[in-house]
Amino acid sequence: MADKKTNSKKPTLFFLNKESEPLFSKKNRVLLTDPLDDNNPITVQVLGICSALAITVQLKPALVMSLSVVAVMGASNVIISLLRNLIPNRIRIIVQLVVVASMVILVDQILRAYAYDVSKQLSIFIGLIITNCIVMGRLEAFALGNGVWKSFLDGIGNAAGYGFILIVVAFFRELFGSGKLFGFQIIPESFYEMGYENNGLMLLSPMALITVGIFIWIQRARNRKLIEKN
Amino acid sequence: MENYLNLFVKSIFIENMIFAYFLGMCSYLAVSKTVKTAVGLGFAVIFVLAITVPINFLLDTYLLRPGALQWLDPSYTEIDLSFLSFIMFIAVIASMVQLVEMIVERFAPALYGALGIFLPLIAVNCAILGGSLFMQQKDFSGLAESAIYGLGSGVGWLLAILAIAAIREKIIYSNVPAPLRGLGITFIITGLMALGFMSFMGIKL
Repeated sequence: MADKKTNSKKPTLFFLNKESEPLFSKKNRVLLTDPLDDNNPITVQVLGICSALAITVQLKPALVMSLSVVAVMGASNVIISLLRNLIPNRIRIIVQLVVVASMVILVDQILRAYAYDVSKQLSIFIGLIITNCIVMGRLEAFALGNGVWKSFLDGIGNAAGYGFILIVVAFFRELFGSGKLFGFQIIPESFYEMGYENNGLMLLSPMALITVGIFIWIQRARNRKLIEKN
Repeated sequence: MENYLNLFVKSIFIENMIFAYFLGMCSYLAVSKTVKTAVGLGFAVIFVLAITVPINFLLDTYLLRPGALQWLDPSYTEIDLSFLSFIMFIAVIASMVQLVEMIVERFAPALYGALGIFLPLIAVNCAILGGSLFMQQKDFSGLAESAIYGLGSGVGWLLAILAIAAIREKIIYSNVPAPLRGLGITFIITGLMALGFMSFMGIKL
């Protein structure tokens, strides 16, 4: 449902790609940067939250997850955009799912081969990229109606916006929860001797929700046009 | 029998799809503005989970897991097709959703009127695929167990979306700080509810 909203918000993006347009024209750059803040997939479009919350206890899995989503979204947006005139409307969801699932299988197998421990830590959440609403949402809202290059930028931009939130949340959770970043001790020993304690609550999953809630609060206090009516 | 009951209770409360694993959050946040639609989506999720988890269990046992093809020919013991499980599961889910939609439309038009618009949404609900993937991880011993697990997870999901929808209906009358209205406060409430649900974690069944 959130997808429809974004459609109507920026109708200008639905012009055909003109031949003369440079690769990084202003309009194209907006595609890449808009999802980082004003149109963030997690905090504004409400897409792809499921996986964002479960894997943010530490920075490393969060980073791997964001990179995987960037890869899957970039590739599947390009493929769907190439196929967009061939896909019958009635079965488009199944076609999209199959394309995304194949991309996810690729990523999953690569992770298992080269980063086995992280892949174990992410467990089923790599598989869940298939049903990550971000991927489907952007395919439906953008790649089905736009050229290849634009869809690629849109995919990368939205995945980056998603990764940005993941990394911010994981940063705070790992820093306050275990005093480490990427597994390295950040908070010095002398703090602990003075009576500093790690906040074990940050390691529990509900705190991910509350951290995202606070992030939304800060973002909307800065950018007041995003405020909802109730 | 007792075993099944334990599994059922466990999948509703202790391993609640939303509060313990955050699965199906997107539709949980998008469709929880009123209780009526929340209930509709919740029942559709129960329905689809209870059907797809056992089907995927059969697929996993007789087709995908290492050595599963043994029943065809003893020489196939070496074959491991588990890398195909994502694509098989999602194909089953997407086609089951389509099938359920058609059956409900044909035989129970009243139910279709209530669930209709939600059924397509469900194909991309992470809770459904998550249910199947957890089923694969948990190594259930039989069809009945996986069916109960699917049913329980669905009921847990319904419970969660029902609770948040009821709270969101009431919170309109409260004075929430403007930037926190809507999405922000929903996140924080869900976080608090999840903290509450963590108290079930100590229960050993």
